[in-house]
Amino acid sequence: MAELTGKVALVTGAARGIGYAIAAKLAENGADVVLFDLCPEEAGEAAAAEIANTYSVKALFRRCDVSNFDTVQETVKEITKELGGVDILVNNAGITRDKVLLAMSEQDWDMVLDINLKSMFNTIKACYRNFMKKKAGKIINISSVSGLMGNAAQANYSASKGGVVALTKTVARELATRGVNCNAVAPGAIETPMTASMDQGALQALLATVPMGHMGKPEDIAECVAFLASDRAKYITGEVIRVDGGIAM
Amino acid sequence: MDIFEKLTEVLADHTGRDASEFTRDTTFESLGIDSLETVEMVMELEEELDTELELDEKVSTVGELVAFIERKLGE
Repeated sequence: MAELTGKVALVTGAARGIGYAIAAKLAENGADVVLFDLCPEEAGEAAAAEIANTYSVKALFRRCDVSNFDTVQETVKEITKELGGVDILVNNAGITRDKVLLAMSEQDWDMVLDINLKSMFNTIKACYRNFMKKKAGKIINISSVSGLMGNAAQANYSASKGGVVALTKTVARELATRGVNCNAVAPGAIETPMTASMDQGALQALLATVPMGHMGKPEDIAECVAFLASDRAKYITGEVIRVDGGIAM
Repeated sequence: MDIFEKLTEVLADHTGRDASEFTRDTTFESLGIDSLETVEMVMELEEELDTELELDEKVSTVGELVAFIERKLGE
């Protein structure tokens, strides 16, 4: 039996990129998965079907704006009815709106903070009672090296990802005696649709900062998440693991 | 059904004290019960009462929690 058989994993931002790789990896390890994303219904359903067919697990797609508190509470209730409570929560959904602070609009700030950070409050709150009842659960939040080091033209993104670290440590402390682990993974430069849309000059500059000299793959992040989601990581909580080819060491 | 009585039974269970020791003025702090443990006690009561009681406000005494539950049950 695979190590996550019988577990239900909820992954946000799961239709593509790092989120998809995480959902696929958890499914490979036996978990039923729920994919949250704001992508078109068709693309989300296709991603879920691909995972279900490849790994013979249940995979559901729910189109969900994770920055909306009420929507998240309702959608988590629905999936709880359908699959049972969430055992593994992976908060991955994130966006960038990169500009130097002087050019950054209030909307750029709010949108990034809402989707990258408030979303995690929304999902953790929706799963919290169930984790407490089960006296078990794994929460894995995707931060970023930008949240650890800061990054020019990413005031909003870096602040949101730094906030993720503080949120992770706080939730870890709150739930440490309740059998719940909460950790963060901080990716560096990873080949995803997000980095593909970056300005080429900025991407080259980023690459020059990677000691390993090349970008990582979504699967590199997924491996780390799968470890944190397993009982192999049962004594780890409040930790931030960088998966960044050495950028932030 | 007497919510106060039910709560003191749960409290007795959690603290190892006798249910008769608790009054409405007893603070959870004096019993060494933190806010998460208060939530856990409410969850236990939910099962007994077969209802959902989301504790969404801060309560510091037994009486406040009883009042909260009675209000929720009345809604």
